[in-house]
Amino acid sequence: MHEYSLVEALISRVEAEARRRQALGVHGLSVRIGELAGVDPELFQTAYDTFRAGTLCAAAPLTLRFVPASWSCPRCATPIPRGEVLRCQACQEPARLDEGSDALTLDGIDLEVP
Amino acid sequence: MCTTCGCGDSELVPVELHEKILAGNDRAARHNREHFLEAGVLALNLMGSPGAGKTAVLEATARAAAGKGWRLGAVSADLATDNDAVRLEKAGIPSKAITTGQACHLDAELVHRSLHGVAWQKTDVFFIENVGNLVCPAIYDLGQAANVVVLSVTEGEDKPLKYPTMFLAADLVLISKCDLIPHLDFDMASLEDALARVMPRPQVLKVSARTGEGMDAWVAWLAARRLEHGLVGKVAGLAAHVHPAAQPHGHGHGPGGHSHG
Ligand SMILES: Nc1nc2c(ncn2[C@@H]2O[C@H](COP(=O)(O)OP(=O)(O)OP(=O)(O)O)[C@@H](O)[C@H]2O)c(=O)[nH]1
Ligand SMILES: [Zn+2]
Ligand SMILES: [Zn+2]
Ligand SMILES: [Zn+2]
Ligand SMILES: [Zn+2]
Ligand SMILES: [Zn+2]
Repeated sequence: MHEYSLVEALISRVEAEARRRQALGVHGLSVRIGELAGVDPELFQTAYDTFRAGTLCAAAPLTLRFVPASWSCPRCATPIPRGEVLRCQACQEPARLDEGSDALTLDGIDLEVP
Repeated sequence: MCTTCGCGDSELVPVELHEKILAGNDRAARHNREHFLEAGVLALNLMGSPGAGKTAVLEATARAAAGKGWRLGAVSADLATDNDAVRLEKAGIPSKAITTGQACHLDAELVHRSLHGVAWQKTDVFFIENVGNLVCPAIYDLGQAANVVVLSVTEGEDKPLKYPTMFLAADLVLISKCDLIPHLDFDMASLEDALARVMPRPQVLKVSARTGEGMDAWVAWLAARRLEHGLVGKVAGLAAHVHPAAQPHGHGHGPGGHSHG
């Protein structure tokens, strides 16, 4: 269950940012999970709810955004539907994964600052 | 209002980060990668299900690469035992177990720590056998030159479709235990089709650790990676950056360069 170690990394990153800005509190954070990031959004949410107690994130809701994976041809930009062979039929180019499809990103934090 | 002392107004500011949650691991992985390339070592991250045949492939690699004059080495993730490391030592690959306890994957920090117990600088090809798991090892960069996924013919042709993240990360898929195909209801074409739907550039080799089938092609693939990374003709172990300490130490990339205290 690597979702737990990911949440640990997330919370320590948020705490570091809060300390750096001498924040009085953390009011929310938003995270983006690409479909091919290898992370289960539900497990990630559960891990967050388990871990946040006693941290600066204790009262901060987590907003998760799920990004469906998509592929396209790097030459002609034609979308290649998921589940198809990952090669453009017209150009015979190997498909390229569109941005965000495999990313796990901390997008932003709402901080209460003095 | 400031909630701490009531002295004045506090405000809510949105801080935009757009930062990878695994950024810390990626930094540690870059550090490992520098170590390996500086020392002329081709490092490979070997992944696959429990029992896919990862250790057996390495044992067979020692036999198949004997004529190459390569010095091999390995670290091997094991939940509780050091069985794999013992097997690899017997096969002539100096090895060490990374006991991971509950962890279901290796990360770059764990690999770095494990390097202090092995003479990895004196190797030409260094294998990192990951935890048997088709899910999360794929998302942790360890500093390897390439990812190799071992998938045995007994696991079913649909595995790539079920675990696309793992196969997306693979630079090479080794289809293992091919000696068993005559005894199975296994369809190689359908496995290759599944791989083509999750990997834009599928690279596949069919091997058997038992019979040695395909092992020469695998050794040739390794040689090609050494060439590609400029590791051929280098004398390993002469890099300026040495790792003598067995105890934990800090690492700096500050003005004084990369220091090991
Ligand atoms: N027939 C056949 N059996 C194999 C082959 N390679 C491995 N095996 C068998 O498969 C089983 C698992 O092999 P290992 O090499 O231990 O697999 P592993 O992936 O290292 O396993 P873990 O490290 O526990 O995840 C053993 O019983 C091996 O004898 C092969 O090429 N042919
Ligand atoms: Zn095209
Ligand atoms: Zn093993
Ligand atoms: Zn894991
Ligand atoms: Zn070190
Ligand atoms: Zn180091």
